[in-house]
Amino acid sequence: MRIPAHGLLSCPHSPEVHTILLYARLVRYGFRKHATYVAAALAGAFTNSVFGILRAYVLIALWQARPGLAGYDVLDAVTFCFITQAFIGPMQLFGGGLTIPERIRSGDIALDLVRPASLQLCSLAEDLGRAGYLFVVRGLPPTILGALLFGITAPDNPGAFLVSFTLGVVVSFGWRYLVALSVCWLLDDRGTMAVSLVLTTFFSGMMLPLGIFPGFLGDLAAALPWAAMVQIPMDVYLGKADIWQALGVQALWVAVMLGLGALGTRLIRHRVVIQGG
Amino acid sequence: MVRTYVLLAWTWTRAAAAYPVSFAIMTVLGFLVAGLDVAAILVIFSNTTTLAGFTRDQVLFLYGTSNVAFALCDMLVSNLDRISLHVKSGTFDTMLIRPVSTWIQTATDRFLITRIGRVLQALLVLGYAVTALDLPWSRLWMVPVMIGCGFVIFSALWTLAGALQFVLTDAPEVSSAFTYGSGQLTQYPFAIYGREVVRGVTYVLPLAFVNWQPGLYVLGLPDPFGTPEFMRFLGPVAALVLALLAGLAWRQGIRRYRSTGS
Amino acid sequence: MIELDRAGRSFKVKRNVVHAVHDLSFTVAPGEFVGYLGPNGAGKSTTIKMLCGILTPTSGTVRVAGLDPSRKRTVVARRIGVVFGQRTTLWWDLPLKDSFELIRLLYKVDRKDFRVRLDELVETLDLSTFMKTPVRQLSLGQRMRGDLTAALLHAPEVLVLDEPTIGLDVVSKNSIRAFLQRVNAERGTTVLLTTHDLGDIERLCKRVMVIDHGRMQFDGTLDELMAGESSLEEVVTRLYTAGAQ
Repeated sequence: MRIPAHGLLSCPHSPEVHTILLYARLVRYGFRKHATYVAAALAGAFTNSVFGILRAYVLIALWQARPGLAGYDVLDAVTFCFITQAFIGPMQLFGGGLTIPERIRSGDIALDLVRPASLQLCSLAEDLGRAGYLFVVRGLPPTILGALLFGITAPDNPGAFLVSFTLGVVVSFGWRYLVALSVCWLLDDRGTMAVSLVLTTFFSGMMLPLGIFPGFLGDLAAALPWAAMVQIPMDVYLGKADIWQALGVQALWVAVMLGLGALGTRLIRHRVVIQGG
Repeated sequence: MVRTYVLLAWTWTRAAAAYPVSFAIMTVLGFLVAGLDVAAILVIFSNTTTLAGFTRDQVLFLYGTSNVAFALCDMLVSNLDRISLHVKSGTFDTMLIRPVSTWIQTATDRFLITRIGRVLQALLVLGYAVTALDLPWSRLWMVPVMIGCGFVIFSALWTLAGALQFVLTDAPEVSSAFTYGSGQLTQYPFAIYGREVVRGVTYVLPLAFVNWQPGLYVLGLPDPFGTPEFMRFLGPVAALVLALLAGLAWRQGIRRYRSTGS
Repeated sequence: MIELDRAGRSFKVKRNVVHAVHDLSFTVAPGEFVGYLGPNGAGKSTTIKMLCGILTPTSGTVRVAGLDPSRKRTVVARRIGVVFGQRTTLWWDLPLKDSFELIRLLYKVDRKDFRVRLDELVETLDLSTFMKTPVRQLSLGQRMRGDLTAALLHAPEVLVLDEPTIGLDVVSKNSIRAFLQRVNAERGTTVLLTTHDLGDIERLCKRVMVIDHGRMQFDGTLDELMAGESSLEEVVTRLYTAGAQ
């Protein structure tokens, strides 16, 4: 017996006071649901760590050839590498993490949409729980390994970094939510998934720091939403950005993504509930 | 064996071809996703002219040779890493009642010809690098040899990773660190890695013989780590040894198999 | 056709050794139709998996058509047909037709023989209306008929059926039973059948074997098992509960 993909069945017919409790419970639910897959999470952490080492050598070679490139020194570059590997799990940078596509295909989404709580916010709450769990299990191993093997710097301002990281997770959720909703219109979602994978890995800074992208490509990448997932939190971590400006840009993207998501939810509600799928 | 493989792969391809649009889209997207790694190399070389002493075109040559072999494996044998799914869902029992090797059945199960996009992309890069570097014909004979050896070495790795999943059914992702990790590792000249890492991937896991050692011969460069000249030609030996080990491991894996459920 | 001599299979479960099958010996002659009974967890499926070469016995010997299935797995596979009622041996995403084509390739069945057999099976089992349907969309009864066809396309000498009627409605059950009877009578195929449905036994099997805790409890004709009593259900219930004590 599978657990219903969303905790929506447990959403009470809410008096307003219960709303916060509901979302808090969903966060916990998302955390606990993923905590049952310890082996898979540890295996992911292992893979992320191995790739972290490989990426680190490439970056070290580049920064040996060009010390001070993009305002980073070698230590910054190595830190960038391992911390971004730690982002992969919590931010689901290779896509997925949401059960919405399955539920749209099976038709169960109709059940979620008639509940009195917002599908988008319930999903977000659960995703934050998932991210919290993976932050620990998939985030710490690559970080510790990087520190032991190569040495990395501590966050410049831990509080600001945590806020920026959380905003990054929300932007990533917003993007993945939009990708997930696209299943409703496209029969085969592998196409959108692959396009999303290419855009996210390339333009988030996951592959290489955006600061070393040449000319126009660099300006373009900095202006796109994916930068708010990886590059901006990393600049806050390394103390390379003005904190308030960085958080402001992220907040802007959060607003845009969640706004579009709300619009998308309304469209699929129309399609699924009113037209009957 | 080859015949059975081709026939099985063909059946899956025919089934997939019933949906021509998604077929075409997937080929193009495979091409795009594979292009990411080349994009990374190009971005790096927009900032520097050499990386650990290697020029852009030399790196693209190493990338191309490794990736043609890797992409071929990705298309032809990478389904081996779905073994833990087969074990969990019980389809592995079904494979065992068929009169064909389980290795072939697992490798061809859901064979996707659309992964050829990735092979084409790698061939394109290799073609460019060979032309741009103006390599002498007297040494280019090594290129098909190294692609063949690379193919065998990567296939053996996938087989080992598959055999490992008989033990680690709950964490199949571990094996992708070896398979995809090896693909990633061989994209760059080994000169960028630490001495211990290079020793490890030369004498323990013989990835150096995919493209690094023979690649140095084709490029006419000395080994910065100072290994003797004859090492450039050991690819076939390394491939053979690893393939034998992988075959043994696969057999052991099957002997350890405990069919679950009724 | 099938010979087990003191065959056993044990599993290590957290340092304990569990004997799923223990010192089991029996022989099935060519052309026999044998029912294989036992409560859940008695070792029926383990026995069947040893016959097909899925599991290697940890002691004793298993022979099918004179061959050791775990050593000569692929040779034995060509001479044996297997059906699991609980799961399909067909390819989930492929239409039935393509599944059969794959079977032809896997078993290297001659194209002409294949055509003749398939046509015959399609007709007797009434498959023609859903040959192009992917297996995942078939009903349980349709799927089971597809699975039976798949198991017989290479004309095996032995047919092993693990709960083939599980979950089927009365009509489907009857058509499958009639079909099995025909295969046994007309082709002389040896059949070993496990089931929890005593109706299968009464309709089909002259000989019955009952296993419990991995050991043989009874091996004889259906008449001997009944020993003058009227209800098979009562006899079997008594055997199963006796084994539990």
